[in-house]
Amino acid sequence: MTPAIAPIGLGPYLIVSAALLVLGVFGIFLNRKNVIIILMSMELILLSANLNFVAFSSAHADLSGQIMVLFVLTIAAAEAAIGLAIVTVYFRNRGSIQVEDVTMMKG
Amino acid sequence: MSATSVNWALALPEITLALSGLIILVVGVLQRRGEGFFPCSMLTVAAFVGCGFLVALSPDGAGYAGTFVNDSFARFMKILALVGGLLATIVTVGYRGEDRHDPGALPFETPILMLFSTLGAMIMASSANLMTLFVGLELSSLSIYILCALERDRVTSSEAGLKYFVLGSLASGLLLYGMSLVYGYAGTMEYTGLIAAIHASGTLPPGLIVGIVFVVVGLCFKLSAVPFHMWTPDVYQGAPTPVTAYMAGAPKFAAFALFLRVMVGPFGAVAPRWQILIETASMLSMVYGAFAAIPQTDIKRLMAYSSIGHMGYAMMGLASASAAGVRATLIYLAAYLVMNAGVFAGIAAMRRKGREVTAISDLAGLSKTDPGMAAALAIFMFSMVGAPPLAGFFGKFMVFAAAWQAGLYVLVVVGAVSSIVGAYYYLRVVKVMYFDAPAEGLDRPAPSLLFVSGGMGLATVFFILVLGPLMNMAQQAALALAG
Repeated sequence: MTPAIAPIGLGPYLIVSAALLVLGVFGIFLNRKNVIIILMSMELILLSANLNFVAFSSAHADLSGQIMVLFVLTIAAAEAAIGLAIVTVYFRNRGSIQVEDVTMMKG
Repeated sequence: MSATSVNWALALPEITLALSGLIILVVGVLQRRGEGFFPCSMLTVAAFVGCGFLVALSPDGAGYAGTFVNDSFARFMKILALVGGLLATIVTVGYRGEDRHDPGALPFETPILMLFSTLGAMIMASSANLMTLFVGLELSSLSIYILCALERDRVTSSEAGLKYFVLGSLASGLLLYGMSLVYGYAGTMEYTGLIAAIHASGTLPPGLIVGIVFVVVGLCFKLSAVPFHMWTPDVYQGAPTPVTAYMAGAPKFAAFALFLRVMVGPFGAVAPRWQILIETASMLSMVYGAFAAIPQTDIKRLMAYSSIGHMGYAMMGLASASAAGVRATLIYLAAYLVMNAGVFAGIAAMRRKGREVTAISDLAGLSKTDPGMAAALAIFMFSMVGAPPLAGFFGKFMVFAAAWQAGLYVLVVVGAVSSIVGAYYYLRVVKVMYFDAPAEGLDRPAPSLLFVSGGMGLATVFFILVLGPLMNMAQQAALALAG
């Protein structure tokens, strides 16, 4: 039985994931407004790597890539929780989470 | 050596440490508010010591479906990480002081988080698979993000936490992306599989090279090697002093353990391709660490630049990509551990009327007001310069020798020059302590801080006595890695 949708190769997956990575990195460096956006960009980077892992895992017919994704998802959740906690503590002290304001120490 | 068996004895130190961390957490929760800190710290110290013995006794081998390996190299790095964690915990006890009801004081979770971070470092040292590497790295980093922001009422502490979190998770993300490319182009995540894949392919696929570069970038970030150092000064300055002491120790050893294991192991066959990367990072770190430290007035910030420089020297051994280089790096790290813990015990002791002070000028005339601490700090500073016969000299000498043998003459010359430049700012601290007019005296240091700085002072001076056994251990570790 032929699949209803023609299989697509590895290439498109890698392109999408590279695009996600670039979006994430630029989101961190070009964003001058809000720390929350940085947290979102970080998730994008992790997800781009996940997409790579899954795509390669299916191309190699090797399960370890998908197992890795499960670990990464868990770690990403923990990371987001810790990030939000730190942002909360920071907000209580400074009353702002603007990126421009994170400049108490310099030199 | 079966790769699939589950061998409990292999990971017994890690399992024990993880369980004791959980138990200590429960003990801390059960205490009355503000009283959990001291028992938790003592239990953590006991867990570190017990775990150190287990590490020393743990057998060689690989297990857990090829994700975990234990050899003399892993043992060496684990002992370093454990000692680093232990000393930082003792410094924490002295730093926090006796006041039980100070709401801004470090909570009882501090030593426990250090324990978990050290656990992550140990897992990294034992990784035989990219999965174990990443999980260990994240366990170690996530704990440190929290540790940095632990002084919740101090804005610099939360800012340090925020900065380290943002840049640290960016680095983890890049590392993970690199790992996904390595996995894709080599077809496996096990180091043994990677070695085979690299040997099998005559030319490296570009995807694999890009992956390796990403992994190197991620690890350089954790090491705070130039050009990925920008977080270091701010985070070191803002984080609570014992946390800075911790960050300058165990996580660096873990990152080096990974660097050595991955670069000399799986990617050892393609050493000429990555050597130039490490060489450049090492050179830049040494030069930057030396020059950028000169105008600093805050001692914690000064130590941040100093640690950037030291990582540069330690990377010289890695850049030589030889067994002698690995051995030199290990000795350098051991010496760095000793002097670094001592300096930070001294910094944690800097209090005036109960308030923490961190300016270098606050040390003025310390030789009159507290001769013992001044002598200890002077010893550490001379050791960091690399004056014989102190600990730092042997470390520097060995990395220089290894790099010279590997034909990296430019690197050695740059290292020697930046070492001389660096002497300026280390000796300036000594000058302030011994020749400047005394400032108002500092408070008497807590006994645990005296213990750490005194003990590390002795260890720095008499490093030469343990050099022989240490060299043997490092030699075995280097051979385990190459073989």
